[in-house]
Amino acid sequence: MNRIDQCQAEGKSLSPALLTEMYKWMITVRHFDRRAVHLQRSGRIGTYAPLEGQEAAQVGCGFALEKRDWLFPTYREHGVSMVHGLPMATIFLYWNGRPEGCISPPGVNIFPIAVPIATQLPHAVGAAWASKLRGEDTVTVGFLGDGATSEGDFHEAMNFAGVFQLPVLFFCQNNGYAISVPLSKQTATETLAEKAAAYGIAGVRVDGNDAVAVYEAVRTAADRARSGGGPTLIEAVTYRYGSHTTADDHTRYRDEAEVNGWREKDGIARLKQTLLTLGVWSEEQETAAWEEADATVQRAIEEMLAAPPVDHNRIFEHAYAKLPWHLQEQRAEMRKLYGNGGGK
Amino acid sequence: MAKRNLIQAITDGLRVALREDRRVLLLGEDVGVNGGVFRATEGLQAEFGSDRVVDTPLAEAGIIGASVGLAVNGMRPVPELQFAGFIYPAVEQIVCHVSRVRMRSQGRFSCPMVIRAPYGGGIRAPELHGDSPEAFFVHQPGLKVVCPSTPYDAKGLLLAALAEDDPVLFFEPMRIYRAIKEEVPDGHYTVPIGKANVVREGRQISLFAWGTMLRVSLEAAELAKQKGWDVEVVDLRTLSPLDRETILASVEKTGRALVVHEAPKTAGLGAEVVALINDGALLSLEAPVGRVGGYDAPQPLFSLEDIYAPDAKRILHGIESVMNF
Ligand SMILES: Cc1ncc(C[n+]2csc(CCOP(=O)(O)OP(=O)(O)O)c2C)c(N)n1
Repeated sequence: MNRIDQCQAEGKSLSPALLTEMYKWMITVRHFDRRAVHLQRSGRIGTYAPLEGQEAAQVGCGFALEKRDWLFPTYREHGVSMVHGLPMATIFLYWNGRPEGCISPPGVNIFPIAVPIATQLPHAVGAAWASKLRGEDTVTVGFLGDGATSEGDFHEAMNFAGVFQLPVLFFCQNNGYAISVPLSKQTATETLAEKAAAYGIAGVRVDGNDAVAVYEAVRTAADRARSGGGPTLIEAVTYRYGSHTTADDHTRYRDEAEVNGWREKDGIARLKQTLLTLGVWSEEQETAAWEEADATVQRAIEEMLAAPPVDHNRIFEHAYAKLPWHLQEQRAEMRKLYGNGGGK
Repeated sequence: MAKRNLIQAITDGLRVALREDRRVLLLGEDVGVNGGVFRATEGLQAEFGSDRVVDTPLAEAGIIGASVGLAVNGMRPVPELQFAGFIYPAVEQIVCHVSRVRMRSQGRFSCPMVIRAPYGGGIRAPELHGDSPEAFFVHQPGLKVVCPSTPYDAKGLLLAALAEDDPVLFFEPMRIYRAIKEEVPDGHYTVPIGKANVVREGRQISLFAWGTMLRVSLEAAELAKQKGWDVEVVDLRTLSPLDRETILASVEKTGRALVVHEAPKTAGLGAEVVALINDGALLSLEAPVGRVGGYDAPQPLFSLEDIYAPDAKRILHGIESVMNF
């Protein structure tokens, strides 16, 4: 039985239609990512953190979750965030250094991007705790990279999750590097998943370039969490083809051969093959899907570019619930010097 | 001598230290193969080996905590924090341990290390990469805090910091990492810790600044000159301990003062400089000492960072307020 039959046999909803849907998302995410890198290169957005290569992990994870679930992302979770409902234009605005880029729409439970590594994981634990206390059927996912497993916050979060048996998933995309530092210099354990054992929680290692396998792993862990079975650390083994960010140069620390080796295991190519084998995909559909992705991304870019100049009053607007006197004075002074509108 | 920018001067200073002193080692995230995200340690691992220029796991508390042990046991660690905004996970170690080892052990142990961290906005980096947290550490007894604003000073202050018997936090203004080149001597030289530098002489008002804000203050001084005001600009260079003598001498000469920094104004280092002037030169003052700082809101995302940080216009406005008191 191949993996897909297995999924269906287990009653999971991985129908060809769903697989196709997932595949289209993966294409969209890849196209988004490439355009974002180009926008940075042409100076139209700031530093950007590319994810090309990690689409299967992110889309697979996103599809396995329910709309009501909570996400605590890092700066590289554009794919899963989009799938979960964050508008693409919002993501572009964020990378354009605009405060509007931090706002997820009502009903979309995505916390703003955490820039300091691993610091979002205790938050995920707390949110899961709240769900448990309120008796909600909700799962919270804290995202992290391999490097993040070295930070104290990761270990504290895992420990809390285990002690309080919380409905939380730690979804680690092990892409082999934390900027330039390879996994072998990040940890002395062979896998990251095995770290879960020390905290008394479940640990799963999955091929992160296999969207279906990721889907299954997340779905299983989420089901367990929803039924009171506690947290899971999921290690999705994957790779980012590009640099850590557009400010980084990966040729300083990685071989092209290594990158190319991973391209052969590309998650998008693999799911495409599956769809072709199942007889539910054609080259015409392929072309149409890329065209559609292009149109979607283009619309989002235009929306970002059409945004009015950023309102500098925003510096103050959300610093406190009610602006204290000294901030009122500073805002008044700012308006006096720079006017009351956009930019300086 | 060679012309070097600020980051090249730092690399050169680190190289000199590694050559001269076997106890010195550099450690941090990406400092080895990658040469640091700003290339401050470029080429040093190739030259000195991976035992002396060490790529560590991604763990600031671990890096600084391990540095405590290294220092106590005879090494001279130079930990690098990738950005000052990522110093926060290590604050526990710095405040509870680095700064207190000497006191706690009543001199039996000391904790000499130089913690390097790029700081300040102005490079369109993502959130938190542009923080200016110097005041937190100036507030903490047991630490020295240094912040150069020129390539020459950067190397000289770095080598001086390495010779200190106390831990030094070394904040590097990343906005001007590559902005200026000047003659920087090869080999060893020092710029003394604890000494400010009068970079522009003036008679009517003293501007006190450091790091990223020094050049903006000099710009403002030029604008002020066009308005007929003669501005003195003092680069504090060492933020803890402050150079009281130079600060007071300047204020006694000019009778007016303004402190400029990028960090939020409230309880920023500017407040301390004002207090120091009140204590030592009150009777020389013709006007209350002014402060121009970042706003008391979190350092914003980069679309707003230029309006958040004081620019020449805002500093000029500050000068005006003091002059027209
Ligand atoms: C506390 C902290 N230290 C350092 C950094 C700088 N930094 C940003 S991303 C990164 C590497 C993260 O690697 P990993 O956790 O594997 O995630 P990836 O970026 O590979 O997805 C580092 C060191 C940071 N953002 N936060």
